Amino acid sequence: MHAEEKMTLEKWPASPEKQTLEAKNKFLGFWLFLGGETVLFASLFATYLALKDKVPGPDHALAKDLFEIPLAFLMTMILLTSSLTSVYAMYHMKNFEFKKMQLWLGITVILGFGFLALEIYEFYHYVHHYGHTFTSSAFGSAFYTLVGFHGAHVAFGLAWIITLMVRNAKRGLSLYNAPKFYVASLYWHFIDVVWVFIFSVVYLMGMVG
Amino acid sequence: MENNQTNTGNATVDIAYRRKKNAEEMRHQVITFTLMIFLTIIAFVAVGAGMSGWFTVPFILLLAAVQVVFQLYYFMHMSHKGHEAPALFLYSGLLVGLITVLAFVTIVWW
Amino acid sequence: MSTYAQKKGFGATVWDYLTTVDHKKIAVLYLIAGGFFFVVGGLEAMFIRIQLAVPNSDFVSAGMYNQILTMHGTTMIFLAAMPLLFGFMNAIMPLQIGARDVAFPFINALGFWLFFFGGVFLNLSWFLGGAPDAGWTSYASLSLASEGHGIDFYLLGLQISGAGTLMGGINFLVTIINMRAPGMTYMRMPLFTWTTFVASALILFAFPPLTVGIFLLMFDRLFGSNFFVTAAGGNTIIWEHLFWIFGHPEVYILVLPAFGIFSEIIPVFSRKRLFGYSSMVFATVLIGFLGFMVWAHHMFTVGLGPIANAIFAVATMAIAVPTGIKIFNWLFTMWGGSIKFTTPMYYAVAFIPSFLMGGVTGVMLASAAADYQYHDTYFVVAHFHYVIVGGVVFAILAGTAFYWPKMFGTMLNETLGKITFWLFFIGFHLTFFIQHFLGLWGMPRRIFTFLEGQGLETGNFVSTVGAFFMAAATVVLVINIIITTVKNEKVGNDPWGDGRTLEWAIPSPPPFYNFKQLPLVRGLDPLWIEKMEGKKGMTPAEPLGDIHMPNASFIPFVISFGLFVAAFGAMYRLDYGWGLPVLIIGLLITFGSMFLRSVKDDHGFHIHKEELIDEDDKGVKA
Ligand code: HEM
Ligand SMILES: [Cu+2]
Repeated sequence: MHAEEKMTLEKWPASPEKQTLEAKNKFLGFWLFLGGETVLFASLFATYLALKDKVPGPDHALAKDLFEIPLAFLMTMILLTSSLTSVYAMYHMKNFEFKKMQLWLGITVILGFGFLALEIYEFYHYVHHYGHTFTSSAFGSAFYTLVGFHGAHVAFGLAWIITLMVRNAKRGLSLYNAPKFYVASLYWHFIDVVWVFIFSVVYLMGMVG
Repeated sequence: MENNQTNTGNATVDIAYRRKKNAEEMRHQVITFTLMIFLTIIAFVAVGAGMSGWFTVPFILLLAAVQVVFQLYYFMHMSHKGHEAPALFLYSGLLVGLITVLAFVTIVWW
Repeated sequence: MSTYAQKKGFGATVWDYLTTVDHKKIAVLYLIAGGFFFVVGGLEAMFIRIQLAVPNSDFVSAGMYNQILTMHGTTMIFLAAMPLLFGFMNAIMPLQIGARDVAFPFINALGFWLFFFGGVFLNLSWFLGGAPDAGWTSYASLSLASEGHGIDFYLLGLQISGAGTLMGGINFLVTIINMRAPGMTYMRMPLFTWTTFVASALILFAFPPLTVGIFLLMFDRLFGSNFFVTAAGGNTIIWEHLFWIFGHPEVYILVLPAFGIFSEIIPVFSRKRLFGYSSMVFATVLIGFLGFMVWAHHMFTVGLGPIANAIFAVATMAIAVPTGIKIFNWLFTMWGGSIKFTTPMYYAVAFIPSFLMGGVTGVMLASAAADYQYHDTYFVVAHFHYVIVGGVVFAILAGTAFYWPKMFGTMLNETLGKITFWLFFIGFHLTFFIQHFLGLWGMPRRIFTFLEGQGLETGNFVSTVGAFFMAAATVVLVINIIITTVKNEKVGNDPWGDGRTLEWAIPSPPPFYNFKQLPLVRGLDPLWIEKMEGKKGMTPAEPLGDIHMPNASFIPFVISFGLFVAAFGAMYRLDYGWGLPVLIIGLLITFGSMFLRSVKDDHGFHIHKEELIDEDDKGVKA
């Protein structure tokens, strides 16, 4: 049996994401990569914490002046929900229901774009109302770098999921592409994990002062 | 190449059983999700209510940690078997990361 | 698609290497590129030593000296030592665990090309307005003040090659976890495989902080951010932390594989199993773990305060314990063995006391209070060259002699090898031993000249003489390689006669699928076990069957080339109008080819059973 073989419901295994050796390697390699990403984001968080509210003069906006609960809350809800929808997609993948999987992935993508749009609005707002920019202070540099790195991950995740959806739209699920979908969804969850820390450490702790 | 077929015996029985199990797992996922939303709301409320930072900061960090455990173990299936190496490397990364954060909040400014 | 066992023209060979995903060919690429950069870094070292041979020298200017010094350190660490070790890892580790291939052949190739283009980019700085000049550590305040684009070359070049290293590390990890032959349990893995494993894990966790640090510095220099600009609230200590959180594990990334190579060589030529195998594994893992807890010993004089200094001092000294375990194990392996003094064994025997000296000065430096005296003097230069040259470079030279027949099917000349050894060994101690004293006598590190009458003349002159010995050793090595390659006398599976591990059970060089049938591993030193039972080779663990292999691909080269182009754009964006378009074009090349890769299915190909049987009749010449 080859990975690219045409699949039927009867032949579909219980964990299609780990059937071939390639799939097992991909699965493990991607988890290890996430271990490295953990350190990457930790370094960015560490830098942010060290430079939080470090500004050149008293007229610069600080964290407690900038962040507002409603926007951060909305962004959080959207991204958390997109995590659930991608779980739904993987649920249908395991049941060999390609159409439904695509549908839930589509919803995930839409939520992802919603999140990005809000983030862009947020940055725009800080720049134009507070003069809080990437270059205005060390605080600004650290803030935009941390949150922007996360945003870039979201954007990359979207491009990745869309590519997978389009590429496989006509040919359905196989043991060749199931691991690809699975790994992309892991990535999406990881992005969510990072966001949990961003909303807690940057936004909530920022508002506390 | 190991391309093992894991299905056994009667295919239709197999599938019905697996679907049921998957559906059950999905129910757990939804419960997890509800809890996550709930924790998030609590965290935001705690901050919105303007309680002392000495309480809120550790509290929201704790809630964040719980949420991450949910994400990892349920959404990312780390509770399933075959995740020993992923867990080892993820926790090692987390340890290195935590040491980094600790250093940056203690010995960068003094 | 089976392209083996055919004589090919030059162009075809080049194309073969540009597109290869075979770990053994990638190993050769690493060896060539790493060897080239080793020579470049070595020339830079010679210029440094010539400049410092006599007081008040004007062989090079002060500014030029800073560039040479910086490029020497950076090249040696990132572009010579690490890639050369990666070469051995690629060539040997998959064979040692009985694997047909690595886990990610494509990514393995991509890792090489990223390293290569990053290295080329960095070195092009010599021709494009000047090299980086803030030391290989590139501390932020200094590097922000550095004019021209030197530092930008450093940042962008290391960012690209660092990404390649990270990919290589993940590939090795997954290969070791997932692709071991039947019976090859973790506690039966040869130590070179173990050290590759731990070093790769260190890469996985140590390179991200470097990536972040480089990004921050790059943003500060090229995009106007303020991470390290104190006037805007920044903090230059952040760079030091990020750099050393990477930098200390980096030295273990280098030295652990070196330990691994010696742990292979010593049992083979002592004809005795490695003493204390499990304690060796334990020590390797422990060193890897502790390696992340000690970085601030590079920053004792920054003023972190007595508590932080004390913690990091104690943690640093703790590493001496597992290292000591290793030293004793090597000694006990030789103890009572019937030792054969081949070239690799010469290096192994010389390595133990040489490295030990580096370790001892390391413990001295770890005493935070005393470090205020040693810091930034030649004492430090002596220390790290004792560990890096006495440990890593000795291991690379030993590994070259030891694995050359396995990689190329022909044996390097032993006499010339021993000449190289003696020249290098003498030169090494001549160069660096006296530097301990130069440091204690007050000679600061990173100075371009010194005055007469301060008692530094003799020491520096001796040091320079030593450097010429090492240069001569390298020349002999190159001659040896040329002669050997021209003669090309073929050798069999086990040219040293006492091979213990799986790589010696297959032809030299191995066929591109490595193992026709996966071997059955029955214990530590599997080949030795079979030999002791009077068998000639390994027992297969599977019947002869089709073998699945990956397709060659040019895409890794193109992806890396795109980043290379983009780096120029990013750097010249503020100076010239064409900067931004070039940046975009470069990124388009990279992401475009990544996209192509992901939409074009690549299922590889199969070698059929019948072809493998044919091979047998022809006597397997790959
Ligand atoms: C083989 C002959 C070598 C010689 C003669 C040599 C000589 C030197 C000298 C004279 C310095 C300058 C010290 C100073 O002014 O502070 C230096 C620095 C350095 N060397 Fe070497 N070296 C050799 C090999 C190596 C190797 C193999 C490595 C690493 C794998 C290495 C890594 C370094 C580093 C990291 C620095 C510090 C550069 C800096 O301060 O930024 N060297 N070397
Ligand atoms: Cu160190």
